[in-house]
Amino acid sequence: MNAQTTIGVLALQGAFDAHVQHLNALGVDVRLVKTDADLDEIDGLIIPGGESTTMSNLLVASGLGKTLSKKIDDGFPVFGTCAGMIMMANSIIDGRPDQIVLNAMDIQVRRNGYGRQNDSFEQDINIESFDVPFHALFIRAPIIEKMANDVEVLSTVNGHPVLVRQGKALASSFHPELVSDLRVHEIFLSMIHDSLTTSKR
Amino acid sequence: MSSSSNTAQVGSFPVKRGLAEMLKGGVIMDVVTPEQAKIAEDAGACAVMALERVPADIRRDGGVARMSDPDMIEGIKAAVTIPVMAKARIGHFVEAQILQALGVDFIDESEVLTPADEAHHIDKYKFTTPFVCGATNLGEALRRISEGAALIRSKGEAGTGNVVEAVRHLRSILGDIKKIGSADSAELFEWAKRLQAPLSLVQEIAETGKLPVPLFCAGGLATPADAALAMQLGAESVFVGSGIFKSDNPAARAKAIVEATTHYMDAKILAKVSAGLGAPMTGIGMDEINQRYAERGW
Repeated sequence: MNAQTTIGVLALQGAFDAHVQHLNALGVDVRLVKTDADLDEIDGLIIPGGESTTMSNLLVASGLGKTLSKKIDDGFPVFGTCAGMIMMANSIIDGRPDQIVLNAMDIQVRRNGYGRQNDSFEQDINIESFDVPFHALFIRAPIIEKMANDVEVLSTVNGHPVLVRQGKALASSFHPELVSDLRVHEIFLSMIHDSLTTSKR
Repeated sequence: MSSSSNTAQVGSFPVKRGLAEMLKGGVIMDVVTPEQAKIAEDAGACAVMALERVPADIRRDGGVARMSDPDMIEGIKAAVTIPVMAKARIGHFVEAQILQALGVDFIDESEVLTPADEAHHIDKYKFTTPFVCGATNLGEALRRISEGAALIRSKGEAGTGNVVEAVRHLRSILGDIKKIGSADSAELFEWAKRLQAPLSLVQEIAETGKLPVPLFCAGGLATPADAALAMQLGAESVFVGSGIFKSDNPAARAKAIVEATTHYMDAKILAKVSAGLGAPMTGIGMDEINQRYAERGW
């Protein structure tokens, strides 16, 4: 079913390899994305956890940021985890003033919203349509402060949305790539399949 | 894996290791002032290591090297938004308690400082803050992991600007991991004995073909090519200490090393970022130094 799908994983810095392993386990083809050329031939992109300011710098230095922004404006499917969620936001609180805003989703995100590493935590969370809870790791995680009405909340922790979807964009403030459970990645794959089916029509 | 729970758990091993995972593919830079920390963040460092003197100066000055002044660490924490690490002496669990109380994001139990205990490392499971430790070989790495280290780095030879020792340590660690991968189950007992490491960790390596925590490179890196060399050998990130702020143009060199760490397989990009950086730190040969920091730790 997934044979023709190729997912890109932004591989500038961070935990991109863990995403690659999840995608391999799900039987999809994977391409590491470091330059413009890598963006061709992929059906969707995962922006991993890591340091968002580092990734932002590298997006600017390579010119990849501009190409990626344009692709996202045209409705390209994107899934961001933690730093990836920060980069997908339309505005960033406590970021660097020169930090890239990919504007893939109408959310405002606060970097390091829970505090420093000593406040990082793991917890079982309930996710819409999942029969059993998902074990989530929050590492210096961001907090969504504001969002548009059409952003769908799939999970919350203490009143904060932690997994959200809008159009072809999915974002989590936790790290589904760090646990063996593949269900959150499956949500993104089904979004891509829906969009491929729609575009073929 | 981790226990299931509906309440938030802080400081667990997966949470500590999680931050190490986020630092992969990046550069962690030694800084001694808030200004240097800003330069490092501007250049794209994924974290900074706050310390009073870079290893090259510790080497030059001699004497006892200790944990940094908390005021200095607070100043660096306030200057940047990226993770801040700080060093405690080997075995000095009270320095580590102080660093945890200061809220640093990672503690480096470091051979660059003068050891406080000649037999014991810190019991790192007692802390919420994750630890990184140096290693020269796989046995040392596994002993540190069994004490609770969430991240291992090669020791290399800090403050020399000479990458030869870091290469030796990486090759030793990764070479033994490869050999264990092809050993049969009976041979794993002998490996555990030879490495003086817990059998369970040796068995885990045999199964996964990887160290149980991320492996970064440190000790003597001075150029973008050094960073790419470490990455091609199999390191997952690099620490650069004296190599940046002891060079002619720290801002440009820092940025170039960040780009080289990302594009470590692309020699054209490496050529481009290596150009026009001014002089690197002078560096010293291994036969010119009288104290090998890598020999500290047990």
